[in-house]
Amino acid sequence: MDPLEIARWQFGITTVYHFVMVPLTLGLGMLLAYMQIRWVRTGDERWLRMTKFWGKLYLINFIMGVATGLVQEFQFGMAWSEYSRFVGDVFGAPLAMEGLLAFFVESTFLGLWIFGWGRLPKRLHLATLCIAVAGSVVSAYFIVVANSWMQHPVGVDLVDGRPVMTDVWAVLTNNTALVAYAHTLLGAVAVGAAFLVGISWYHLWQRRRDGIDTVDARGRVVVGEEPSIRGRDRTDHGVWLSGLRIGAVVAILGFGGVAITGDAQAKLMFDQQPLKMAAAEAACHDGTGFSVLAVGPLGGKDCDLVVNVIEIPGLLSFLAHGDFDTDVKGVNTLIPEYEKAYGTALPDDPKYGARAGQTIDYLPVMEVTYWGFRLMIGFGILAAGAAVLALWLTRKGTVPRSKPLMWAAVASILAPFAANITGWVFTEMGRQPFVVVPNPNASGTDGVFMFTAAAVSPGVSGGEIVFSLVALGLVYGVLLAVETVLLVRFVRGGVAAAMPDVGAPRDHDPDDQDTPDPDGADDVLAFAY
Amino acid sequence: MDTLPTIWFIAIAVLWTGYLLLEGFDLGVGMLLLTGTRKDEERRLMLNTIGPVWDGNEVWLITAGAATFAAFPLWYSSLFSALYLPLTVVLLSLIFRAVAIEYRGKGHTDRWRRWWDRALGLGSFGAAFGVGAALGLTTTGLPLDANGDRVGGAFAWLTPYAVLGGLAVVGFCLVHASTFLALKTTGPVRERARRLVVRWSPLALLPIVAWVLVIQFRSGTVATWALVVVAAAAAIGGWLSARAGREGLAFAGIALFLVAGTASIFAAVYPVVLPSTLDGAWDLTVATAASGEYTLGVMSVVACIGLPLVLLYQGWTYWVFRKRIGTGQLPPQHRVMPAAATRPAPVPQRTRR
Repeated sequence: MDPLEIARWQFGITTVYHFVMVPLTLGLGMLLAYMQIRWVRTGDERWLRMTKFWGKLYLINFIMGVATGLVQEFQFGMAWSEYSRFVGDVFGAPLAMEGLLAFFVESTFLGLWIFGWGRLPKRLHLATLCIAVAGSVVSAYFIVVANSWMQHPVGVDLVDGRPVMTDVWAVLTNNTALVAYAHTLLGAVAVGAAFLVGISWYHLWQRRRDGIDTVDARGRVVVGEEPSIRGRDRTDHGVWLSGLRIGAVVAILGFGGVAITGDAQAKLMFDQQPLKMAAAEAACHDGTGFSVLAVGPLGGKDCDLVVNVIEIPGLLSFLAHGDFDTDVKGVNTLIPEYEKAYGTALPDDPKYGARAGQTIDYLPVMEVTYWGFRLMIGFGILAAGAAVLALWLTRKGTVPRSKPLMWAAVASILAPFAANITGWVFTEMGRQPFVVVPNPNASGTDGVFMFTAAAVSPGVSGGEIVFSLVALGLVYGVLLAVETVLLVRFVRGGVAAAMPDVGAPRDHDPDDQDTPDPDGADDVLAFAY
Repeated sequence: MDTLPTIWFIAIAVLWTGYLLLEGFDLGVGMLLLTGTRKDEERRLMLNTIGPVWDGNEVWLITAGAATFAAFPLWYSSLFSALYLPLTVVLLSLIFRAVAIEYRGKGHTDRWRRWWDRALGLGSFGAAFGVGAALGLTTTGLPLDANGDRVGGAFAWLTPYAVLGGLAVVGFCLVHASTFLALKTTGPVRERARRLVVRWSPLALLPIVAWVLVIQFRSGTVATWALVVVAAAAAIGGWLSARAGREGLAFAGIALFLVAGTASIFAAVYPVVLPSTLDGAWDLTVATAASGEYTLGVMSVVACIGLPLVLLYQGWTYWVFRKRIGTGQLPPQHRVMPAAATRPAPVPQRTRR
């Protein structure tokens, strides 16, 4: 068993899994902060209910992101010790900054928010959520900075064969990082927003199914209530309609932003990692056309067997350079350039172990890059379209009674997740065979690159990595099932799942309910695990 | 010039000490769920003493790891790859523990809670033992070659020192958590925790004392022995306070014991961060394992801004949740039911869309 292949599978699986939870945490967190701000400012019960309900789902998901994030940080040292030795001087810094400046903030203030209901003054309690969410947003920045340094190393000199950081601002303002961060964050916003749309749709549909809301002759909603079902009062309708509309609008804006930043990122990538983009296009020869559909053995060694069935002339040039007639270099041109610059075989160096002398294959797995790129865009367009459709269909205040449509709305939650995953798989597999991609156009970084084949821990056996991969895989599988069951249970429970006293008469002014009572030592806690 | 690497060695020692000091009672409370009580409401009470703070405490581990990566990449790579299997267990344990804390109260059956209690308890034990083994080994040595890679196979780390380090942290966590529970709860849980400290702490602290002494006999100096004396006095003082029913002092005593004890260990092993048991020339030291001057300078600025803030807002968190809690204050747990009618309403033809 080759430790390298297993370690790569493990990193891929654990990272993709982690990045299922993280975008939801980021996106839903920002929306949640908005809801609580609205509640504190207006005192409107609807926003309190939204904060409580979405906050519960947020926490169920948040903990999975925390639990799986630690694996990422440990894994560099455990399975990729040569990588860690090589890049530690520059790559460890953003990770440590993330811990010190962002993750401490996020975790501490989220604990304050969870247990702060009824104990902290209302505005201070709101502030703890906003600070926690800000922590998660900053946290994402540092992680993207670290990843972008692998895509495009900057701010270093090569000293004794290792990159040594010389300019931290160059690392922190790496153009690759800034664009990737905007793209990632907007993608996360879209995930959170689509989550709102799908689940709100379900509840509006459930209200119609139960005969609570009806529509008049002109198709306008007639909001009703059902005292026998906890939480199904008139305010409840507003909770879901607002959730749906906010979600749809934010999703549309988010996807717009994703498209704009994605375009900027692609233009950078054509310059910084031309082979990744050529592989994403299955572009064998220099040219200007954008492939809509390619057939042939994408994974084959002979790129010429790939036939572009549908091609839009000029579009690829436009995506890469902003005009319609500059040729974009194809795979057949680029590979000899790479071979000339970085060799045709792994050098005879002890760090390559048994892999020394192996031929280097500079072409990433083209099925993955070609289809990953297209699926990412396709899922993004699908999700954006679903959001537009949701706004249109609910213009009269509720959803149609159609059950298939409800299921389609719920299923559309998955589209932005899929876009996120395919996008990351594309960009990470597209950088192979490098783990640190050489920077083609900066001075001072000559020789700062690393083949993935040299990065794995030399002292760790394949058996050890198989053990961790199987163990983590099993645990992740079980926990994904548990998380899904819990999310479904709390989603179906509606507001009452997060607020057991929903609709109960309050014995005092709702504005005061969360002001702490000075003699409240023996009071029942507002929240406990 | 070893000034900056030395400062960062101290910083890493502070981060690990902070982790053991804060997460120590989280992990201990988790383990005590397995044995401390059979009553569900008392377990729930114990869990809620760490509820608001455990996640923030765990970040000390994340930051200790990341700071080691940034400041001493060679230490980080050699230690983490050599301890591949035990750290895998630590990761799995911490995953189970985190998820158990959040999910335990979200089901309504006894079986659901019992399973999560087990996950929480065993997860806490696995994390404490694994982290202890790692710290025990980084202070006593691993079979590393000239490149810093482990030789001798997947279990080469499994030495008496690994077991000693593991038991040391497990034992400490149990005592620390008992003084913590005595300080944070009312009623039977408080009484039981206090008795636990008085009766069991001398035995439970034995491994950590042994670890401290092993390090001192290997490379102690006058200054580090002085720290040992401080630690011993603090532990005895803490135990006497617990016996006298002074819970705050007992907690402070055990906490000071840990701080002085780990300080004596880190000070005694300095400047070696990870010895090679094969050849002393292959030891990783603060000088050989450190990042460049520039990186350490940048990280020093970040730490000078970040760490005081962390202490400030984490301190404030403990102030906000300073009150003792009792089982009577726990809100009732409710069963989550679908918000739906058992059968759908008939569809009026006129309004169907």
